[in-house]
Amino acid sequence: MTKIEFMQGNIACAEGALAAGCNFFGGYPITPSTEVAEHMAVKLPKKNGTFIQMEDEIASMASIIGASWTGARAMTATSGPGFSLMMENIGYAVMTETPCVIVNIQRGGPSTGQPTMAASGDMMQCRFGSHGDYSVIALCPSSVQEMYELTVKAFDLAERFRVPVFLMADEIIGHMRERIIIPDTVELTTRRPLVPGVLPFHPGDDLVPGFPEFGKGFGVHVTGLTHDERGYPCATNPKLHEQLVMRLYNKIENARKEIADYVVTNPDAEIVFVTYGSPARSVEQVLHDTGNKIIGHLRLKMVWPFPEHAIAEFPNATRFIIPELNLGQLAREFDRHTSIPVVQVPKLGGDLHLPADLKKLIGVDA
Amino acid sequence: MSYEDWFRQDRLPHIYCAGCGNGTIINCTLEAIEEMGWKKEETIFVSGIGCSSRAPGYIVTDSLHTTHGRALPFATGVKMARPGFHVIVFTGDGDLAAIGGNHFIHACRRNIDITVVCMNNQIYGMTGGQGSPTTPKGALSTTTPFGSVEPAFDLCELAIAAGANYVARWTSYHVKELTKAVKAGLENPGLSFIEARVQCPTNYGRRNKFKQVLDQVEHLRSHSMLRQKYLQHQERGDAVPDGTIVVGEFVKRNRPSMGVPR
Repeated sequence: MTKIEFMQGNIACAEGALAAGCNFFGGYPITPSTEVAEHMAVKLPKKNGTFIQMEDEIASMASIIGASWTGARAMTATSGPGFSLMMENIGYAVMTETPCVIVNIQRGGPSTGQPTMAASGDMMQCRFGSHGDYSVIALCPSSVQEMYELTVKAFDLAERFRVPVFLMADEIIGHMRERIIIPDTVELTTRRPLVPGVLPFHPGDDLVPGFPEFGKGFGVHVTGLTHDERGYPCATNPKLHEQLVMRLYNKIENARKEIADYVVTNPDAEIVFVTYGSPARSVEQVLHDTGNKIIGHLRLKMVWPFPEHAIAEFPNATRFIIPELNLGQLAREFDRHTSIPVVQVPKLGGDLHLPADLKKLIGVDA
Repeated sequence: MSYEDWFRQDRLPHIYCAGCGNGTIINCTLEAIEEMGWKKEETIFVSGIGCSSRAPGYIVTDSLHTTHGRALPFATGVKMARPGFHVIVFTGDGDLAAIGGNHFIHACRRNIDITVVCMNNQIYGMTGGQGSPTTPKGALSTTTPFGSVEPAFDLCELAIAAGANYVARWTSYHVKELTKAVKAGLENPGLSFIEARVQCPTNYGRRNKFKQVLDQVEHLRSHSMLRQKYLQHQERGDAVPDGTIVVGEFVKRNRPSMGVPR
């Protein structure tokens, strides 16, 4: 039986994680993400899982990677300053192909910024924040329902691609309370185990190697150094390094189309809003108020890898309008994939775009 | 079976310089593990970055060679997720006491059931001989060209104050004592910290008037003083010579610990 509840976004995220089989949470308190950790602290021990509050976010990220190698489905949750601290170990998770989920309830930055106010200022950081070239997956919920569903999805993608997956929410979605339908069960993907006899970092056709879980007798050496298929450090071979980095990059990029997740409304429209996260709610209000099919809406639930092919879903588009809680981080990415004019609607400070302001922008009376 | 069975033969030769003390410490650790009769598939080595942290790469078990200073939180994740595993951390003075200092005291405070073997060569060896938090006052390094002006950390006293259940210090000269100490640490629940003072001829010795490897080992031997004797000196108010290395078992206690199999 599905359950209908009235729930806060951060709690829905934690509940989604539990439904997805998360059995290890390592975290550090930070506003506005703390409810995720608090809920996991209550729930995980009762499910025979492990909750541990680490000494900082560097350690939190390290602990979930360590746990993941024992086969655990591991997660952490944080916000801007903590996210910055996690960057080095996120790169380690990329390089060692460690499945893990990182929840970022974004707040205003830079630095300590606005701990209790919403922003989407970390969208580029989650894509490029650790040093070196790589690709990751980032999901953006715009409702409490999606805090649940996309957290489940984050675990599935992390397991399938052996990559850190980000749930890039914002303070508004994290702290908002609304109706949520909790399904009876969710379908789960589990990382493909390594076949005995195959080298531990030898990739399958999907460019993802089988997982040599600790304790199963594989005797795998896991290193952040450039490594060969045995997992042995081999840091001065230019060709090997290029092959490894390209594989880590392509295992995500090749699946860009297949895993894309977005919602198209009014594909015949000429004026099209593009959103992710809480600004989607303002645009939904605009669509509701205008009442007909003159305005299109492309709502991205997955921002990285960027679904550039989604632009073609609006063949009549003459203008893409992109309201964001930053200075246009995704608008610039969008712009480089299309020759159709892109209008940035950046907003800083923590308030959401008002539907009236968006309506004025497209020449509709508020 | 011998400790040699724990080595990954196809990784040899190793990267350690001629005369390096790290190999001695790795051998002692593996000998102690061998004596414990632990299964390879249940034993996990975790390390950070630096010369000492390369050790897990030469051992046949599952291992994590992680980021600089972070071995302990990675190991904490492994141990908390799977308390049945035996988790050993190899680290060095820079990795543990500088960049990883916060993790070190918190792992000791949690008293998590991990054995930490720190190869303290008093220098950053892998990057070419920069001063570390355990470089003695006055010692020369590439970043202390006029002699280090900072006081050095006493890692054992730090571990005791932070709450570790077992703390010992020996040197690469004291092979038998060190092996026994590692074994005692492996047997004792909670965090066991074993500091092994080692010679680094390439980056410490040659800048600090140790012309031969053996000069440095001899220094470790001749400057070592058993903790019992050191405490007697202190009780009597006698001065101990500069550069004394206090060795022996510092603490063995049974405070509540985390990550112990239930």
